[in-house]
Amino acid sequence: MPKNREPGILTRRQFVAASALGGAVIAIGCSPGKQGNWEFLSEDQARTLAAICDQIIPADDFPSASQAGVLNYIDRQLIRHFRGHQDDYRNGLEQAQTMSRKRFGQDLELLTQQQQFEIVSDLSAQDRTFFELVRSHTMEGYYGSPRHGGNRDAVSWRMLGLPEPPPLGRSQYDLGKGPA
Amino acid sequence: MKRVNAVVIGAGAAGGIVAKELSVAGLSVVLLERGKWYTANDCHKDDLRNQRTTVLGNAFGPEDEGNPRVWVDSKGVARTVLPSEGSYQNNAACVGGGTLSYGAQAWRYLPQDFRMRSTYGEPAGSSLEDWPISYDDLEPFYEKAEYEIGISGDYSGTPFHGPRKRPLPMPPLPPGREFGILEPAAKRLGLHPFHIPMARNSVPYNGRGPCMRCRWCVGFACEVDAKNGSQNTVIPIALNTGNCELRTECMAKEILTDDRGRARGVSYFDERGHLKEQLSDIVVVSSCATESARLLLNSKSRLFPDGLGNRHDQVGRNLQGHHYTGAVGFFDFETYDDVGPGATIAISDYNHGTPGLCGGGMLANEFIRLPIHMIDRLPEKTPRWGLGHKQAMRHWHKRTIVIMGPTQQIPTAEGRVTLDPAVRDKWGLPVVRLSGNVHPHTFEIGEVQAKRAQAWLKEAGAVDTSLMSYKAEQVSAGQHQAGTCRMGNDPQNSVVNRHCQIHDVDNLFVIDSSVHVTNGGFNPVLTIMAIAYFATDALVRNWKGTDFRS
Repeated sequence: MPKNREPGILTRRQFVAASALGGAVIAIGCSPGKQGNWEFLSEDQARTLAAICDQIIPADDFPSASQAGVLNYIDRQLIRHFRGHQDDYRNGLEQAQTMSRKRFGQDLELLTQQQQFEIVSDLSAQDRTFFELVRSHTMEGYYGSPRHGGNRDAVSWRMLGLPEPPPLGRSQYDLGKGPA
Repeated sequence: MKRVNAVVIGAGAAGGIVAKELSVAGLSVVLLERGKWYTANDCHKDDLRNQRTTVLGNAFGPEDEGNPRVWVDSKGVARTVLPSEGSYQNNAACVGGGTLSYGAQAWRYLPQDFRMRSTYGEPAGSSLEDWPISYDDLEPFYEKAEYEIGISGDYSGTPFHGPRKRPLPMPPLPPGREFGILEPAAKRLGLHPFHIPMARNSVPYNGRGPCMRCRWCVGFACEVDAKNGSQNTVIPIALNTGNCELRTECMAKEILTDDRGRARGVSYFDERGHLKEQLSDIVVVSSCATESARLLLNSKSRLFPDGLGNRHDQVGRNLQGHHYTGAVGFFDFETYDDVGPGATIAISDYNHGTPGLCGGGMLANEFIRLPIHMIDRLPEKTPRWGLGHKQAMRHWHKRTIVIMGPTQQIPTAEGRVTLDPAVRDKWGLPVVRLSGNVHPHTFEIGEVQAKRAQAWLKEAGAVDTSLMSYKAEQVSAGQHQAGTCRMGNDPQNSVVNRHCQIHDVDNLFVIDSSVHVTNGGFNPVLTIMAIAYFATDALVRNWKGTDFRS
């Protein structure tokens, strides 16, 4: 969690909402017939995707894409609004691994940062459609609203210097809640 | 079901006004809306799911499931598109229509905008034409819209506007930081900057409070209900008369006609999907340009084998929106103040009068940006991903100003809405098929406008700029869609007369942006509203009880 968050700003209501959200994540993790923490991705796919996303938005003094929850965003939408892209992800991630093994003899997530950068650069040239898809989804997850699982704790907005939490008007709704 | 005097199809900018005017005049009205009635509680401030950024869908309809369209690109390739895709050319589907979530720029068109053909001739391949009504005809109704809906702003800085009898009812919001940077620069260039007219309360008005100036404006329902649309102004008045019934989630199937060729009501699917008939003395279609044309084309019968109002193959033609171009300026100081709505300053010096160009458009600073809007608006040499991109986001987000504007389009008969022969929506109705392209001269005007925006930014101190100019591969419509049921005096090349009455069906009206002959170089909503007041004024004057004859 970034240091610049003012203490005491978390209201009781937000705290309750945050706990509820945590509960939901655990519930999904325990859902029958499903291994791991993801709704769509396998653990292997998630590791590969994390490596690609973290090349698109690497860590500096602010978190990387995966640290900010971008994988939650993509995974959640792959069985919702992005479900038409399930095959693109399956095939694209497999291709990235094949490229990695062929060139460096091991899985993408085990390579050095520089090697990962080279693989992702190659991917962006060889499979532009898939790369652009992941790029868009990564940017959305990182810079979009926290309610969809990415941009954890509004970290990208803090990075840009935007006040967080924002001014509220009637505050009749819960900003942390997903779409109805 | 009880017969009523009028059925109005579509509760948007125009339909809300028509329902209000008719019910206040004592007519019984049923207002049909295919979408839901949202409130301020439905403003989720969701950067990824609103009416402008739709990567996770439209917040205010239609939903992706069951509402496809077909888009034929300029090379003739047809593909099925969903409402959250740009090429669908969506507006909205809800009570209030686009006015629930719009940016709310509330412009009057200029007097020349109603006389485009007299002013510029007819560029080859275009269908440029004059309106059968003038600015002067609409002036009292523009004023009525400004006062009933509630507009803030200040035209006093510019000589480029039509004559007006009263000032706007509300002062502009206090200027933001971008205004302070852009205003002196425009003046140094000899231009006439001023405060954008907005359907947004700057002071308490109509029983609601003023704008709280948050970041989530265009594309969102207003959290404090300070943005004025038909859903919080005229529609409540209509319902309060006791003469108007609003039926939401009701999808019109077709307009019913009798064996004398007059409209006798509407058949529609209610919220449970049951087919109903609502009989009426008059029918008003206010479903926005693409969907109004679709409904008329879907209303086929023995007397109207090609659809209603379509005897001369005019319904659906001359579809137009706006060709948006402009420039991004990058500054070595902070220009961003996080104060909404963001768009504050405009010039209309370039709407007309450039030799060699058939018109132009207004230029204004862009609405307040969300971080997601910046990812592809960084300086040209910025890497598209990686640390360089992240740090550029961080550096430039607060040091950027965007100026752009709606270039007035040159209409063509080939830019059009037809019915797709194969694809159906969830009710089994043939869907909109969009085809044609923007007239090439529009691109020439847009390019000049982009350079003008760039020059303004440079004068304001931008250290770097990039142009936002492009050539679309498809017809333009979107939230500013207009023109599919052109207003005119000659039934051979228009669909409705000057009072929005279908030429050969005297109790059937199209009252919305469909009737626009040309679409001005401004956001169209105030003109849509003024025409709704103008047309219903004539309708009420001609109303002679149930045996309606004009």
